[in-house]
Amino acid sequence: MACFILNLRCSDTLWRSSKLPTATICALLATVQPKSKKTLAKSGVKNIVVVEGVRIPFLQSGTSYADLMPHDLARAALQGLLNRTSVPRDVVDYIVYGTVIQEVKTSNVAREAALGAGFSDKTPAHTVTMACISSNQAMTTGVGMIAAGQCDVVVAGGVELMSDVPIRHSRKMRKTMLTLNRAKTLGQKLSLISKIRPDYFAPELPAVAEFSTSETMGHSADRLAAAFGISRLEQDEYALRSHTLAKKAQDGGLLLDVVPFKVPGKDTVTKDNGIRPSSMEQMGKLKPAFVKPYGTVTAANSSFLTDGASAVLLMSEEKALAMGYKPKAYLRDFVYVSQDPKDQLLLGPTYATPKVLEKAGLTMADIDVFEFHEAFAGQILANLKAMDSDWFAQNCMGRKSKVGAPPLEKFNNWGGSLSLGHPFAATGCRLVITAAHRLKKEGGQYGLVAACAAGGQGHAMIVELYPQ
Amino acid sequence: MLAVISPRPLLFRVSVKLFYVSSFSFLKSTEHKLITRFCLFPARSHVSCDIKGDVAVVRFNTPNSKVNTLSRQLSSEFTDVMNEIWANEAVKSAVLISSKPGSFIAGADIDMIEACKTSQEVTQLSQEGQKMLEKIEQSPKPVVAAISGSCLGGGLEVAIACHYRIATKDKKTILGTPEVLLGLLPGAGATQRLPKMVGLPAAFDMMLTGRNIRADRAKKMGLVDQLVDPLGPGMKAPEARTIEYLEEVAIGFARGLANRTVSAKRSKGLIQRITDYAMALPFVRRQVYKTVENKVQKQTKGLYPAPLKIIEVTRQLLNAKLSASLFPFFQSFGQLAVTKEAKALIGLYHGQVLCKKNKFGTPQREVKTLAVLGAGLMGAGIAQVSVDKGLKTILKDTAQQGLDRGQQQVFKGLNSKVKKKSLTSFERDSILSNLTGQLDYKGFEKADMVIEAVFEDINIKHKVLKEVEAVIPAHCIFASNTSALPISQIAAVSKRPEKVIGMHYFSPVDRMQLLEIITTDKTSQDTAASAVAVGLKQGKVVIVVKDGPGFYTTRCLGPMLAEVVRVLQEGIDPKKIDAISTAFGFPVGAATLIDEVGVDVATHVAEDLGKAFGERFGGGSIELFKLMVEKGFLGRKAGKGFYVYQEGVKNRSLNSGMDEILARFKVPAKPEVCTDEDIQMRLVTRFVNEAAMCLQEGILSNPVEGDIGAVFGLGFPPCLGGPFRYADSYGAKQLVDKLRKYEAVYGSQFTPCQLLLDYANSPSKKFHQ
Repeated sequence: MACFILNLRCSDTLWRSSKLPTATICALLATVQPKSKKTLAKSGVKNIVVVEGVRIPFLQSGTSYADLMPHDLARAALQGLLNRTSVPRDVVDYIVYGTVIQEVKTSNVAREAALGAGFSDKTPAHTVTMACISSNQAMTTGVGMIAAGQCDVVVAGGVELMSDVPIRHSRKMRKTMLTLNRAKTLGQKLSLISKIRPDYFAPELPAVAEFSTSETMGHSADRLAAAFGISRLEQDEYALRSHTLAKKAQDGGLLLDVVPFKVPGKDTVTKDNGIRPSSMEQMGKLKPAFVKPYGTVTAANSSFLTDGASAVLLMSEEKALAMGYKPKAYLRDFVYVSQDPKDQLLLGPTYATPKVLEKAGLTMADIDVFEFHEAFAGQILANLKAMDSDWFAQNCMGRKSKVGAPPLEKFNNWGGSLSLGHPFAATGCRLVITAAHRLKKEGGQYGLVAACAAGGQGHAMIVELYPQ
Repeated sequence: MLAVISPRPLLFRVSVKLFYVSSFSFLKSTEHKLITRFCLFPARSHVSCDIKGDVAVVRFNTPNSKVNTLSRQLSSEFTDVMNEIWANEAVKSAVLISSKPGSFIAGADIDMIEACKTSQEVTQLSQEGQKMLEKIEQSPKPVVAAISGSCLGGGLEVAIACHYRIATKDKKTILGTPEVLLGLLPGAGATQRLPKMVGLPAAFDMMLTGRNIRADRAKKMGLVDQLVDPLGPGMKAPEARTIEYLEEVAIGFARGLANRTVSAKRSKGLIQRITDYAMALPFVRRQVYKTVENKVQKQTKGLYPAPLKIIEVTRQLLNAKLSASLFPFFQSFGQLAVTKEAKALIGLYHGQVLCKKNKFGTPQREVKTLAVLGAGLMGAGIAQVSVDKGLKTILKDTAQQGLDRGQQQVFKGLNSKVKKKSLTSFERDSILSNLTGQLDYKGFEKADMVIEAVFEDINIKHKVLKEVEAVIPAHCIFASNTSALPISQIAAVSKRPEKVIGMHYFSPVDRMQLLEIITTDKTSQDTAASAVAVGLKQGKVVIVVKDGPGFYTTRCLGPMLAEVVRVLQEGIDPKKIDAISTAFGFPVGAATLIDEVGVDVATHVAEDLGKAFGERFGGGSIELFKLMVEKGFLGRKAGKGFYVYQEGVKNRSLNSGMDEILARFKVPAKPEVCTDEDIQMRLVTRFVNEAAMCLQEGILSNPVEGDIGAVFGLGFPPCLGGPFRYADSYGAKQLVDKLRKYEAVYGSQFTPCQLLLDYANSPSKKFHQ
């Protein structure tokens, strides 16, 4: 897999021909190559397991979830988890949820959702935010609590509702309105109101732009693709791969984490609605969305605005076994990284991957399953190239040599954020549970989950299949 | 501390930038490597060509130089390459790009213009350039300029002759026509092309101010068609990949233009269309010419021929048919190039380049942490120009109130850049994180340099020096920002005088370009190297002078201000003095200058220098100043001086309180030396004589620094190029004659110094060869 690009060019054939049993090949590879470590269990450190993970179907924003609120989606995911695991409610010690665009009415969305989902009102809940790795943060927060011996059972998850975002009055208007609250006499009130000018009514919209650089993420992705010399064609091919694989996984019933959601006033939603394998010709027709008119990032090779929620049930291994559960996987070493939010905004996985491998004492070859968050096709391809570049490793990361790019046949085999959708804070749990499911299905031991996030941050975690 | 707040004339708004950089080096051309994939073209040293499919990529690369300049060699190679492209049927379009990420073409080679002996030679140069650009403009194969870095003067001319322009949206990418700053005009057709491209008002703005235009602004103006964002690191260095990407994008557009999928026509905004429509009316155009001409006349007092010529040429060319003879236009360029104003301005340019170099070499230790004592106007100003260059800066004052004011000044200075969009609010905040405000000496143990900007009193200076030396590390340099106190006197109490140096900044620090560095006999070379390095980092033009009362700049100003006082005493009112001095080319009137400097400061300096130099610094009565101070007429900072200053009032009136003072000190005027011209010459000859004396005494090490110091620190008329250039062009003999004439009336204050006499006696001797 040294020359990744060549592989990609013929990737069309590669994954079509993977009607041949990819799983078998991988299993073969796995047996051929002995692992650096038999397990990542460490003495003196609790084994922490993911018992189960679910998500409601990820929908393009503005579709069936459009009239709901974020805690409604989170509630549905939590209820799905309760249903699937039948975990007694009072066993859950703590709930952590991630969210990015906050609904101001439910700023601690974890608590609101938990109460509505029928968890015990004695179970505390808090909300974390870390852009696209918010639910990763929720999970690792839970891991920390269990490892520290403070809890045995934690529910972690993430929710995002892009169908409705807070649009604010202008600062001037807000100031007037707040002052108005304090005005006592009618005269004072009238004089304040008389100061309102038409420009006060211009609303403030949230943007998917970095606060520090004012650059939208798509623009940064386009520059990133250009920096690594990734063509439009390569990006479209990769996006098509994502959609094709997702479709196959969906049709093949592999997306086991999806739980149906009966939307009030609407039909039950049972599957993701953003998977749309198209043709290269059709994708080629789209105009660049950010760097106009000559850029390479288009609507078709970017992840789309998505509504969705996910949740996982984490326990200490002893507790899970004591309760009679068969865990799906161990959550092992993880790292958070951060780098320049302007030029390396989306390179989190490149920085996180070698670091987490080193921490775990594994090599790239030990990993059987890669689940990377696909923000943009160009971003994924740039990360793969960066990981495979000695120049980048030496000049930007201060490492002696490259870590190497993950082999594509182990990479996001059931689709990714490009096709399944990307509700910002819900993606992390999807990555972990998909890695666990793929390890089981494809016959591997170690999975590597990685994601980039706004602010120039990143995350990676090793998931180890629970012995069958 | 001297302050010259200059509403700088339009000629000197942008002058800090290196707009043209000369290069002498087409000698080593054979050594230069060529990037020619196809052996179609013979070996060249300045221009190479690469054929990518049906697009020719022409690369400029002046060997052994940071920038590309339009030299004879480059122009001729460029012409050859273009001819080959036009002859090559496989090539359908071309891209012009530089191999240097920081410079497209920084301008014409100044040395080439200077080397011309006659205006005819320059005229010919201009004609050749214009011919080539016309061919590009009319080329049947579209030509795209891919601009990264400086695109100035002749470089801009090349770019706007192309059919399409793509620029990197980088701070280094600047476009402009700085010719006017050198007393020239855009010599290869910009006078004709720019108005068509950006409209007449914007074109005049560019050509008459010479201002640099950033890429994003250029896009809005219609000067460039597309922007390319700079890239971050990928598989190679960001700059290298960015210019490669620029080339790829440009090739795409070149191909698009050739097969007509891309149109070079810009969709103009409503305002642009309305302006264009209005400009098409002869009546409106005449009005514009008139307004611009009046404005230029007012600002330049007719002392600068170039701006007027630019207006004239633009008008002629716009009225003329394309095919009409352009000869008069080329002639204008040639004529301008040999004017003494152009020579003076080009001299200043060369001087600036020289004063942007550290003649002491690289210091042993880079200054990373700077401490500034005193958060007054100067201290905060020094902090501002340091933090935005990445220096960790401690700003220390003795009172919270003063410190707050100083920190607010730094914030305000940076925030005004945010408002002008040259800085983002995030960049502002991150710059401000380099600043620490404090009242104690905490952290001074990590300081590499301390600059004190405390009150001008030798006892206070001694006190802080001792305090500071007790807390700073051994390698730390102590610099004093004083405008007149001798550094050796300050250093007298130092335990390590080799680390003591003078750094004389000018107010307002963020706008004034000059830094005068003063070394004593004991100052070490490395200390000097370090001070110059810091000054250059702060973006200053640095002159280094020897220690002595008033150093160089303050000392030159002293006699002139004494003369101003005498003129006032002789009954000339301040407004008249201002008018006379600005008519000579000073950006700020002489009376206003005293108000700006502060009457108390002027008194202080005059007393000190009077003590040191005696009668030569006499003339006006210092008692007049003292009475002003007593009455609280301290100048602008007090709201009253010679004038009354009110917030928001533009036309200030004379301070009526001064009438009584002036009446009290009135002396009879000497009618034989009281014409306007005589008054001007009385001021200027004393200035020049003192400058020459500084050179004679070795305070100055060369005339170039003397000219730069006088123009950038004191506002000596730029069109005269500084006191030494002026002595050359006016004639040392003529100057001495004038001095003798005034000496006969007023005595020894006008006695010419020996050096000036020497030069007067041998007419072939010049300060600038």
